[in-house]
Amino acid sequence: MSEVKRMRKAKYDEPTGFERFNRVSKPANAVLNIVFILLALACVIPVILVVAISFSAEESITEYGYRFIPKIFSLEGYTFLISQSKMIARALGVSIFVTIAGTVLGVLLTTLMGYVLSRPGYKLNGFLTMVVFIPMVFNGGLVSTYYVVSQLLHLKNTVWALILPLCVSSFNVVVCRTFFKTTVPESLIESAKMDGASQLTIFAKIVLPISKPVLATIGLFLCFSYWNDWYQSMLYIEDAALYSLQALLNAILTNIQMLAKNAATMGLGAAEMLAQMPQEAARMAIVVIIVAPIACAYPYFQKYFISGLTLGAVKG
Amino acid sequence: MVKDKKSVKPKKRRWNRDDTELTLLALPTTIWYFLFCFMPMFGIVIAFKNFKINGGFLKSFWTSEWVGVNNFKFLFSTRDIWMIIKNTLAYNIVFIILGIVVPVAAAIAIGQLHSKRLTKVYQTAMFMPYFLSWVVVTALVWAFLSYDKGLVNNLLESLGLDRQQWYMKPEMWPPFLVFMNLWKGVGYGMVVYLATITGIDKSYYEAAGIDGATVWQQIRYITLPLMKTVIILMFIMNVGRIFYSDFGLFYQVPRDSNSLYDVVYTLDVYVYKQLKSSTTGMSAAAAFIQSVAGCITILTANAVVRKFDKDSAMI
Repeated sequence: MSEVKRMRKAKYDEPTGFERFNRVSKPANAVLNIVFILLALACVIPVILVVAISFSAEESITEYGYRFIPKIFSLEGYTFLISQSKMIARALGVSIFVTIAGTVLGVLLTTLMGYVLSRPGYKLNGFLTMVVFIPMVFNGGLVSTYYVVSQLLHLKNTVWALILPLCVSSFNVVVCRTFFKTTVPESLIESAKMDGASQLTIFAKIVLPISKPVLATIGLFLCFSYWNDWYQSMLYIEDAALYSLQALLNAILTNIQMLAKNAATMGLGAAEMLAQMPQEAARMAIVVIIVAPIACAYPYFQKYFISGLTLGAVKG
Repeated sequence: MVKDKKSVKPKKRRWNRDDTELTLLALPTTIWYFLFCFMPMFGIVIAFKNFKINGGFLKSFWTSEWVGVNNFKFLFSTRDIWMIIKNTLAYNIVFIILGIVVPVAAAIAIGQLHSKRLTKVYQTAMFMPYFLSWVVVTALVWAFLSYDKGLVNNLLESLGLDRQQWYMKPEMWPPFLVFMNLWKGVGYGMVVYLATITGIDKSYYEAAGIDGATVWQQIRYITLPLMKTVIILMFIMNVGRIFYSDFGLFYQVPRDSNSLYDVVYTLDVYVYKQLKSSTTGMSAAAAFIQSVAGCITILTANAVVRKFDKDSAMI
C-alpha cells in the first residue's frame, strides 16, 4: 500500500532542485518519451481499429477492408446485435451472473481461508497451509481435472462449471493471509475474544470491515478473470444457452456452424442466423461490448491490482 | 511458508473452542481444495489406465483396466510429442528471458521520465492488453492479418505488393507469437517492477548523485541490485511453469490453423486437442508428464535459488 501512496504523492510533487540535477538529460527524456508514446500506441491501436470496424458499414468493409476511419459510417453492427437481442442479452446475462456470483463466492472462500491461516497458534495451521500450498507446485493436469469436473461433480453444461473451478486460487489466499497478518492488530482480535465474540463474529464484524483494500484487490482479480474467461466454456459448455459473451465471440470466430447447431435451444431459426451472423461489424461490436466495461474500469482500479501483486510477493 | 510452523507455540496446547470455530470457517474452502485440486491430483493415475467412460467417474475409474506405461509408449511412438515438448520449452525459454529483460528495462526507463503525469498515462495504456482475453486478442489480430480485409494486406496492396495468407505461413508465427506474448505481458511486468523501483529509498540515489554517479551508474549499482529479489522470484515462478504454455496464445491466436501445426503446438494445445478427440490415454499421459515435470522444475528452481540467496526462495 505504501508504494501506491508514495507514487500518488510523488505524482504531484514538484521536483526539488536536486532531483532536477540528478536525472536524465532533456534530449534523453525526449527520446524516452517518443519510445513510450510508440509503445503505448502499439498497445491501444488494435482496440481502436476494432471499434472503428464495429462502426463501419458492411459494404464499406467488403470493398475497402478494415480501416481506422470507416469509409461509410454505420451503426448496423450494433442494430444487428439489438435485433438478435435474445442471444446477446442471454450471453450478457450469463457473463454478468457468472462474474458477480463467482466474485462474491470467491472473495468469501478466499478471505475465510486467508483469515484462518493468519491466526497464530491455530492447531491445524500447518495442515491447512499444506492444503493451500501443494496446489501451487503440483496439479492434476487438464485431463483428470476435466473428468473430475464433468464426470464426478457433474458440472458439465451447468453455469457452475464456469464459476466453481475458478473461484479460489492459492495466490489470492496467500495475498489475504499476508494482508490480515500485517494489518489487522492482534490486540483487536484478542479483546473481541475476551468479550466472548466467536471467530465468525470477529471475522465478519471486525476483520472484514477493516480489510476493504484486500477485498477490493481480490474482488477485482476475480471479476476480471470471470469476465474474461472463455476456457471453462470451451471445456464444459456445449449448450449455447449457457454461452457467455466470451464464449459467444469464440464460437463466432471459430465456428459459425456450431452456433447454428445449437440455435434451436436458443429459439432462433438456424438458417436465419447463419445468413445474418457472419457480419463483420457485428462481430467486432461484440468485441466492443466485452472490452468497453474493462477499458472504462481498469484505469481506476489498477492501483488495487498493483498492491495485490506486490502483496502476493511478500512472504508472511 | 514453512516459517509458519515456527510461530506455532511449541508447548502442547489442548484443542479449544477457537480451533473448532476456525476449522468450521476454513471448512468450505478446504472442501473446495479437496474437490477441485486434490481429486484431480489422485485422478492423475488415469494416465496408467485405459480410461473408458462407464457411468460416473468413480465407476469408470474402477472398471478401467490398468495398462501400465502403455499410454506413454503410444505417446512417444508418435514423434509429435518431441516436437511438442521442444516447442513448449523453446517458446518458454524465449518468453522467460524477454519477459524479464523487456519489462525491467521498460520499468527503469519509464522511471526516468521527467513528467510523472505522462508516466502514468503510458503505464495505463501499456497495462491495457493485460486485461483483454485471448479470444478478444484473436479478434484484434484477425483485423490485422485476415487475408481479404486485414489491415496488413491492405497496406501491402497499396504498396503494390501481393496479399499474403498469414495464417498459412509457419515461418512468421514463432516471432509473431513472441511479439504477442510481449505485447500482452509487458505492461503488467512493468507495473510490478515499477512498484519495486518506487519502493527504493530515494536517499540512495541522492547520495550516489552527490558522489557524482551518472544515471547509468545509479541504475547499475542501486536499482538493479535492489530489484534482484523480485526478479529472481518472477524467474522461479516462470521456470517452474516451463512445461506449461498459455493455451489462448497458442490455440486461439493462430485460430487452430492446420498449416501452423508444427510451430504452434505446445503441450497444453496437444492435451486439449487429444482430450476433445476422445483419445484419453494419450492426453492423460501427456498431462501426466506436464504435471510431474512441472512440479520437478519448480522445486528444482526453488532449491537452486535457495542455495544462492535464501531470502529470495519461495519455499
